Amino acid sequence: MTQGQKATPAIAETARPGGLWIAFTATLKRDMTLMFRRRGELINPLVFFALVITLFPIGISPEREVLALIAPGLLWVAALLAALLSLDSLFRTDYDDGSLEQMLLAPQPLAALGLAKVVAHWLLTGLPLALVAPLLGVMLALPAGSYGVLVLALLLGSASLSLMGAIGAALTVGIARGGVLLSLLILPLYIPVLIFGVGAVQAAIIGEGVAAHLAMLGALLAASLLLAPWAIAASLRISING
Amino acid sequence: MWTFIHKWGSPKWFYAMSARLQPWCWAAALMLIALGTVWGLGFAPADYQQGNSFRIIYVHVPAAFLAQSVFVSMAAASLVFMVWKIKVADMAATVMAPFGAVMTFVALFSGAVWGVPTWGTWWMWDARLTSMLILLFLYLGVIALRGAFASRDGGSKAASVLAMVGVINIPIIKYSVDWWFTLHQPSTFSVTSRPAMPVEMWLPLLIMVLGFYCFFIALTLMRTRSEILRREINKRWVIDLAREMR
Repeated sequence: MTQGQKATPAIAETARPGGLWIAFTATLKRDMTLMFRRRGELINPLVFFALVITLFPIGISPEREVLALIAPGLLWVAALLAALLSLDSLFRTDYDDGSLEQMLLAPQPLAALGLAKVVAHWLLTGLPLALVAPLLGVMLALPAGSYGVLVLALLLGSASLSLMGAIGAALTVGIARGGVLLSLLILPLYIPVLIFGVGAVQAAIIGEGVAAHLAMLGALLAASLLLAPWAIAASLRISING
Repeated sequence: MWTFIHKWGSPKWFYAMSARLQPWCWAAALMLIALGTVWGLGFAPADYQQGNSFRIIYVHVPAAFLAQSVFVSMAAASLVFMVWKIKVADMAATVMAPFGAVMTFVALFSGAVWGVPTWGTWWMWDARLTSMLILLFLYLGVIALRGAFASRDGGSKAASVLAMVGVINIPIIKYSVDWWFTLHQPSTFSVTSRPAMPVEMWLPLLIMVLGFYCFFIALTLMRTRSEILRREINKRWVIDLAREMR
């Protein structure tokens, strides 16, 4: 009995795969490195964001009053579309070169590795989008006093967008031209984030409390953080194994 | 008890048993819908505010009920398929999706038509209409995802995951849209603030709702049967069945 107890840790020592945290950080680092090597793709969502914002004053009206009225919604919708556009490539290259299969075979749960990829995606798209938004807000004559809330709401909201979008990206990664399908699957799920995100900015503009909206965005993030990794893992398995 | 439930998972058993159930469901559906239609359109009293235009309710409300229930049943069938790998559940989920989408469309269309006499416009960004529209997009997403996969098995599993993700999101979307609508509430006539309906108005409505549900069950049974035949076309029992028919 004592022998058995002694033997077990020894076996575990030699056969133990890297811990969950090591695997998580390794995947995160790998994805960040890979994305940094393709700088052009990194900039694209930001350029898209700025470009879409440019279309609206041209398409609707350059008057500051008109723009200020629609600025919160425009910024949110454009950021949402930019995030959606970048999602298609989230698992694509890993699927094509077979790294995704290796992740599936890894001893660590696929949900954790998928989450690491989503975190990397958010750090390099959601975070920059949130930081660029105030600049575009100035161009849209967004009323003063709402810039901080805009950044905060976008930070919280874009993380949920990345998590929910990754489910769609995982479901469509095996389909040759899944880009349009991805937006069809994911955009309806983005509506609550859009509602509370725009609500936060609008409440800041009229001087109401923004805590409730930010709390709702936080709740959506907590729920998607809890549930999305499992859905992502299940979807990746389906896409790879059929 | 368990063996009774398990038997329904076998396509052959389901095919044989649903043949017995089906006529009763169709009879109930046709009778209830016919009764509800005649009563609702012909004999129920006219609304004192909206006159006869309120009779759209006898189509609109049952369709809206079904639009939501069908999504929940589809997600439940998807769960059964994903957890216990019961193929019949997936076949049922497959045939439910287009039906649910059609019901959602009927609810939206009848809502739009109803909007003309009440709101004076075909479309309003009303909370219910908006969540119905989003529900329609969710249905279309599930149908499109299933069709996009080259292998049927992959498409079934992917559509099942999406249906389950969707059913978790439906209440969240519904409440956030309601919240959004109360923030932007336009000062027009609201359907929700109507006084309670008298019995002679809601009884035909109840009959119509029940009739629509029976119709859903009957149609799902019928279409699942054809789906079984389509998927099991190379199985021994289907070949034997075809031989008997001849």
